[in-house]
Amino acid sequence: MKEIRIHGRGGQGAVLAARMLASASVQEGKSVASFPMYGFERRGAPVVAFTRVDDKPIREKTQIYNPDCIIVIDPGLLSLPTLFTGLKPESVFILNSPKKLPEKPNENLKIGGVVNATGIAVEEIGRDIPNTCLLGAFAAATGWLKLESILKVLPDYLSGDILQRNLKSTERGYKEVEVTKW
Amino acid sequence: MVSAQKGQVRVITGNATGAYGAMLCRPDVIAAYPITPQSEIAEQLAQFKADGVINSEFVEVEGENSAMNVVLAASIAGGRVFTATSSYGLVFMYDALQETSGFRAPVVMVNANRETPGIHAVSSGQQDMISARDAGWVQIITENDQEILDQIIMAYMLAEDNDILLPVMVNYDGFYLSYLAEAVEIYQIEDVDKFLAPLKKQSPRQKLEPGVAQGCGTHGMEMGYVEARYKHTQAMERVKNKVDEIDKKFGDYFGRYYGGQIEEYRTDDADIIIIASGSATGTARTVIDTKREQGIKVGLIKLRLFRPFPAERLIQALKGKKAIGVIDRSICFGWKYGPICMELKVLTQELGSVPILSYIDGLANLDITIPHIGRVVDEVNEAAKGKPYQDVTWIPMEE
Amino acid sequence: MVIKHKNIFKTESAWSNTDEKMLCLDTGSWRTVRPVLDKDKCNYCGLCALFCPPQCMKDMGDHYEANLDYCKGCGICANECPRKAITMVPEGEFADG
Repeated sequence: MKEIRIHGRGGQGAVLAARMLASASVQEGKSVASFPMYGFERRGAPVVAFTRVDDKPIREKTQIYNPDCIIVIDPGLLSLPTLFTGLKPESVFILNSPKKLPEKPNENLKIGGVVNATGIAVEEIGRDIPNTCLLGAFAAATGWLKLESILKVLPDYLSGDILQRNLKSTERGYKEVEVTKW
Repeated sequence: MVSAQKGQVRVITGNATGAYGAMLCRPDVIAAYPITPQSEIAEQLAQFKADGVINSEFVEVEGENSAMNVVLAASIAGGRVFTATSSYGLVFMYDALQETSGFRAPVVMVNANRETPGIHAVSSGQQDMISARDAGWVQIITENDQEILDQIIMAYMLAEDNDILLPVMVNYDGFYLSYLAEAVEIYQIEDVDKFLAPLKKQSPRQKLEPGVAQGCGTHGMEMGYVEARYKHTQAMERVKNKVDEIDKKFGDYFGRYYGGQIEEYRTDDADIIIIASGSATGTARTVIDTKREQGIKVGLIKLRLFRPFPAERLIQALKGKKAIGVIDRSICFGWKYGPICMELKVLTQELGSVPILSYIDGLANLDITIPHIGRVVDEVNEAAKGKPYQDVTWIPMEE
Repeated sequence: MVIKHKNIFKTESAWSNTDEKMLCLDTGSWRTVRPVLDKDKCNYCGLCALFCPPQCMKDMGDHYEANLDYCKGCGICANECPRKAITMVPEGEFADG
């Protein structure tokens, strides 16, 4: 089973990203469970979204304490003291940032992927909604999900012009993510 | 032999599943007021209506009290109805809740469990369901999204059965299930029609009709009251076997069985039993499997039916067990034990002097984690060996 | 029970003391834009302070300033200012942001 934890702020699409990840995994025949946990339901407040992916049905309904991968949508959250808590050994870190990855931020990390998802989103979508771009980056850096699977499920969540723009954003995230292996 | 065709699989939240469940049962009237964590149901149903997916009369109400009064009235006029609420909303409709059961109206309501007023909580917990346990409703608790869908279908089958005629509350954990996206199989509506068809073959139930002078819920004096209340409690008793029957019929038709009043997981050869309800049950299963590998003979009972309390099934399942741990996601004002534990303790005559340990956890969005349940198993195991144990434990207070 | 939880409330029921940490959430970190005042346009009418939802406007004697520990960047002050003296500026443009 893979446990993925997504950190963001209300309004950045963390919850939707977690769900799209789940949907895309279902396309590949996996069992999934995805849910958010937030204190205050408003823009700007910190949000954590959890997604579990497995070959067999997922029974636990707890938050994720030992992620195999964390995706950080808002670089401002890097200062969160609990961000890297519980990471499994050889885990993955996906970050939205215009800058390069910091030196291996945690001893349990094996793979790091950084992409300027905000920049790409503003170019492709016109607004700072980096979630779909980060999903593309996630697929490329981890190899746990095919890009095609994500592109296939996006129409379940978006339509029209916005869909096309997000498809582009996802593809760019896939292609432009800088992956480091520690 | 599964008769239903394969349904469409969608990755949707517990709330959306609730809306699909209602849609599949073709209610005549829907009135629901949004409240966290259930707002998505009201939104999804409104969307269904706008898209023409559902033909129901959608009554816009300004609050939950009106919502329940609207669906009660529609139900008493012979219609199939649906509503959804949570916490403050459930409490706001408290008088209408009791009217509904007193009138024996087969209303089906979905309740996204959330803590009740007193301390302003927008968080998961079963307190709302507990606070309404004496409202005369059937209360069932679900563990995952698919079960929400299935239980709503089964709820209509139960509520509208002429032998029962009681309102049914389908509960699911707010936040932990309401916002949980899982792959859910949405059956073909024709199959749901076929499953619910036997209800139409019954003789029609008493209903208000234009031009016919009659009253409902009248005669609350002396023996009129006593008789109506007596019949109500008798119907509650009949619910228990009926839930098992319907579960079997549902499983035979759609291919999914839930065990009826309770589900027993690895209990046959178990020495000790953990009782849980709702989403925590899913987590508990993984702990049971792990502990089993470590050599502890522990089993799990998932409490699905809470009202009426499934006493007979529990007695049967707990016979001969050496210790029992009950995990409550709520508290009981007036008893130190959690509510489900407190109700279980009524059965001392039948259960004997077996240690029953009460655990309170998962209040206010706090997680019932794998280590928590692991600890429950360990302590119940020690109690089974005759070691001294703690009567009641508030797990979050001890951390 | 061995209670490890350290009481948050000094009272029996859940009374909050807004001077203490309990109610003072780190709402400042939620901000993506912050209010910037053009002092020349300000006439110290106090409407911004009146409308501020977290009530975090500090009285500076001749103008009001948002307490950035709590300012959520909602923009209501800018919206209500009768002289349009307040502009909402993205956090990214500040060194301390």
